[in-house]
Amino acid sequence: MSDRRDEATGSLPRHVEDDDYDELVIRPFLLTGGRTRPAREGLAIETLIQARPGAMLSSLRFEARQIVELSRNATSMAELAAALKVPLGVARVLVSDLVDDGSVTVVQREELSLQLIERIRDRVRAL
Amino acid sequence: MSAHFSQASAPVSVKIVISGGFGVGKTTFVGSISEIEPLLTEADMTQASVGVDDRSPVPGKVTTTVALDFGRIRLDESLWLYLFGTPGQDRYAFLWDDLVEGALGAVVLLDTSRIEDCFPAIDYFEDHGIPFLVAVNNFDGMERFELDEVREALGVVERIPVLDCDARRRDSVKNVLVALTEEVLSRRLEHAVTR
Repeated sequence: MSDRRDEATGSLPRHVEDDDYDELVIRPFLLTGGRTRPAREGLAIETLIQARPGAMLSSLRFEARQIVELSRNATSMAELAAALKVPLGVARVLVSDLVDDGSVTVVQREELSLQLIERIRDRVRAL
Repeated sequence: MSAHFSQASAPVSVKIVISGGFGVGKTTFVGSISEIEPLLTEADMTQASVGVDDRSPVPGKVTTTVALDFGRIRLDESLWLYLFGTPGQDRYAFLWDDLVEGALGAVVLLDTSRIEDCFPAIDYFEDHGIPFLVAVNNFDGMERFELDEVREALGVVERIPVLDCDARRRDSVKNVLVALTEEVLSRRLEHAVTR
């Protein structure tokens, strides 16, 4: 049935048994030097990240460089985490570091005004 | 100056949370309307493990990963809608604060053969004042219930919209999302009036 993947969503031990175990569970924390909390708050799952024009790639290690390259066009935290195949918490730590060193900026979130909600409704209706 | 420029042209992202019990069709729902394949991203549970289960000497070892479905719809060149499917089980409830914070609203997907599965989600959204609606996902060959019966079984107040949907059909998913935005708008207007 089309809902198999939902089951996968809920049952984690199955994921953990497979070959991705090391990559999914252990390795990400090596990427962050064992840190699990980002220095910076406010990196929600839908928050958009944008690379600063002219951000220097040469000094960045692999994952950081990948984030900067992916966010040349604004990209959400969810997409960054998925592209890097790391948990969201790990992506938060990595992005937080890049914000601190000026490589990327956090796109300011917009207030959910009536106008914005109406715009969303109209656009969804027009899909 | 250039930084301001890039901010001004940057898109706005808005999220809607899709919740409900295990296997109710969240992945299907998101996939029916998303422009991208629903990808799985893992949220680490370390922060919760620290409080709940701190027995392991190796922090990485206590970390469990949770797969989250997500989808994206570019509504126009500067407005992107993200859909996030949340694991519905109680034991993942701690994840919800993070997911729900700043959400436009939530869809609670319901399977009428397991109505109780969506209680945690309904309780959560009611407690946190998140606008939501209940979408009854009708699978083929399933006994259909009248929406009033569903509403009664759920014990949700009269004003919470309860509607039918077919998570496999794009137009049906679209209708649910439109109904949710209407619900968000009507709540806003109510608040404006009572204030």
